[in-house]
Order: sequence, then structure tokens, then C-alpha cells
Amino acid sequence: MTVLELRQTSKTYGAGPTEVPALRHVDLSVDEGELVAVMGPSGSGKSTLLTIAGSLEEPTSGEVLVCGRALSGMSRNERSRLRRRVIGYVFQDFNLLAGLTAVENVSLPVELDGTSIKAARDLGMRALDELGLADRATRFPDELSGGERQRVAIARAVVGDRQLLLADEPSGALDSNNGDAVMRLIRSACQRGVAGVVVTHDAQLASWADRVVFLRDGRIVDQTLPPAGPESLLAPSGNP
Amino acid sequence: MSVRHALLALLSEGPKYGLQLRHEFEARTGEVWPLNVGQVYTTLQRLERDGLVESDNAVEEGPQKGFRITADGEEELAAWLRTPPDLSSPPRDELVIKVLVASRLPGVDVHEVVQAHRRYLVQLMQEWTRLKEYAADRDLSFALVVDAELFRLDSLVRWLDAADGRIKRAAVEPVAPARPGLPKIPRKVEVRP
Ligand SMILES: Nc1ncnc2c1ncn2[C@@H]1O[C@H](COP(=O)(O)OP(=O)(O)OP(=O)(O)O)[C@@H](O)[C@H]1O
Ligand SMILES: [Mg+2]
Repeated sequence: MTVLELRQTSKTYGAGPTEVPALRHVDLSVDEGELVAVMGPSGSGKSTLLTIAGSLEEPTSGEVLVCGRALSGMSRNERSRLRRRVIGYVFQDFNLLAGLTAVENVSLPVELDGTSIKAARDLGMRALDELGLADRATRFPDELSGGERQRVAIARAVVGDRQLLLADEPSGALDSNNGDAVMRLIRSACQRGVAGVVVTHDAQLASWADRVVFLRDGRIVDQTLPPAGPESLLAPSGNP
Repeated sequence: MSVRHALLALLSEGPKYGLQLRHEFEARTGEVWPLNVGQVYTTLQRLERDGLVESDNAVEEGPQKGFRITADGEEELAAWLRTPPDLSSPPRDELVIKVLVASRLPGVDVHEVVQAHRRYLVQLMQEWTRLKEYAADRDLSFALVVDAELFRLDSLVRWLDAADGRIKRAAVEPVAPARPGLPKIPRKVEVRP
């Protein structure tokens, strides 16, 4: 099943002489269980693509469908419910709320969605536990390391039963071991059936994806081919 | 990788047979670099000639012949481990040459050339990452070798990204053609160990 579909989606910021075409006629679809990485230079439109996919911004033209439903046909309320229930979003700068503890940050979206505080906390604790952060649950964001904050942000994005996980530079300035840990988490969410889109300029992170698409000046200019078997690398000849 | 020193390393753990040495060498290097049998035996003969290993003279040449490391061998191994490999001269990298050529040829879209290489490298990295996840927990050597390969390919992708940006900027504000008297690319950089 296709979870996310962008059809001829464009986004232009500003108007007249200050107009910035950030995204131009992008077609992209991501299936259940699939992890797609988006690579491209700074300013190529990666974050723009993600905010539009996450219904945080509206496209200037084109259509965005989540689980087969067009965002343009939804009411404001429907869209915010979609953001709470269906879409998990990891922001480029984590965006944790400073006044809330780790577990409060994680359980907030579920709580806002009408689940009781107690049940939401339980879900939040479970998500943190899965990321090895159970003992950090009652700490505030500024009492966590960068890597821990990042994992809390991911816990918040996968808590409950989300179907679409959108992550903007999820490894930030983390070292490669932490970067791998973050990607392993995202991968395992996808193995449970979540569709994932990860924006990154880091090829090592992108290489965790099933498919890598390359953005340039707001356009998708290229993408990787479907994988060969792992055996191919061990063949004596090496390069094809 | 130096087969000679790899064999010394294996023998520093204790005496071993020729055949055993070959199997262990392959296992330790993550089976990424296959080794032919002949190579093991010729190398062992040379090590013995140089006094770095000893063999049981009683047994004739072959897989059942046992070897052990000598004191000179131990010393040679320790010195080798601490000697940095020679990385002082830039390698003749085919990828770099292709991008250099593309950047000068009229009628060639250098960004498209760069992207073709970038895609290929990222695809290779996807395969290595899959392998890493599939085997890393089981074998430390294998995981280290795969990491090294991922970092090597990653550095090439990063260079492509940097080149892409540099070429894009140069198109807007063209760089002056090379003048005589500009510093040459060093053939070799001297660094004290
Ligand atoms: N709110 C905005 N108003 C005006 N222009 C914007 C806005 N947001 C982004 N842009 C512009 O749109 C273009 C694409 O920006 P975007 O944030 O999508 O890039 P990016 O690929 O995520 O870059 P980075 O790797 O630096 O995060 C840029 O030229 C940027 O300046
Ligand atoms: Mg961005």
C-alpha cells in the first residue's frame, strides 16, 4: 500500500523578485514498510519536501496524499488529527519542548489525541524503553546529551501506531555509532510496516534506505536502483 | 595487506600448521580478500629464510608442516604494527580524473557526470550497509572491514558533493586560468612519524 504520494508537487516561497522556487514538480511515492532517503545539497528543497509531506505546509501546486487521502480535501481538524495519529515527524533541530521531561515530550502527541494521561505515559515509557532511554525518562531536554535528545525525538515520532515517519537530518551532528543507532531505530519502525522518509546529506545514513532519491534545485534528478543481493560484494571481481 | 605480517600475527598466538594459517588468515580478514594457497606457502618459506619463523624440520613440505614465530619475528611484527603505511602521495584516483576532465570539456554537463558517480557510490554503500547489518554482530573483523569500506566510499561521495558545489560557484564567478608560478600539487608530503 502506498502511504505517501506527492504528485507534481511544487512550492514557491515569496512572490515577485524575491520568489524562491523551493520545490518543482516533485513526484514521489513511498510504500508501507519502505524507507526512502532524500539527499541533496543545502537549499535543494529537502526540508521543504518533508514539511509538505507532513502537512506542516501547503504546496503551491500539486497534490499530496497520505494513506490514499488528499490533504487538500481535508479540514484543518482532520489534518491536525492526521499529524497526531498517522505522521511522526523528527525535526532538523529536534524541537523537544524544554519545559517537559523526556517521557512527557514523547507522550504528548498521544495525550493530545485524547488518550488518558496514564495510558499515554505508558506508551511513552515503552517507546523510550525500546530506545534504551528508560532511565532518562524524567530528565528535561537540557539534561540530555545530543544523541539522547535525538533518540527522544525519534521515540516521540514513533509512539502510538504511526504509519508515516518523516525525519529531517535525524543524526544531526552525531558520531557514526550514534548515527547508525538512529538509523537502526528508523529501519526497525519500517520493518513493522511504517513508511519512512529520511532527509540527509550524509551518504552513510542514506545507505540504510531501500531507495535514495537525489534532489537538486527543487527537482528530483535521480534515484538509486533496486538492490542487488548482498553476495554481489563478496564476488571476487568486485566492481561491475 | 601484507600477507607476511598477517602470518606473523597469526603465529604470535602460537604454533600453527600451514593449512590452518590459510584458513585463519581468510577468516580474520572477513573473507573479503581471498588468498591463494601458493601464496601462504611461499611467504612461509621466505619468513623461514629470513629467520622470522621456524618449522618442524622432521615433516616434509605441505599442509601438515608446523610453524612457530621466532624472537626476531616478534620484533618485526611489533615494528610493523607501529609503522604508518605510506599515504603521503595522492593516489591516482580515476574518479577524480574523470571529474577534472568533465569540468573542462565543453558540451559536457559536469553535474550529470558527478551525479552518475554519486549514485553508483551510494548504491555500493547501500549494499555494504545491508551486509553490515546482516553480519556485523557475528564477526568483529568483518564489521571493521565493512566500516572501512563505508568510510572510504563516503569520503568519495563527500568529495563529489564538494566538487559539485565548487564547480557550480566557479560557473558563476569564473576562476582565472592556471598561471605559471602557482603552487603545484605536491607529489609527496613529508610528515614526521
Ligand atoms: N519559509 C521560507 N521562506 C522563504 N524561503 C524559504 C523558506 N523556507 C525555505 N526557503 C528557501 O527554499 C529553499 C529550500 O530550502 P530547504 O529548507 O527546503 O532546503 P534544504 O535542502 O532542507 O537545505 P539544508 O540542507 O540546508 O537544510 C532555500 O533556498 C531556502 O532559502
Ligand atoms: Mg533542511
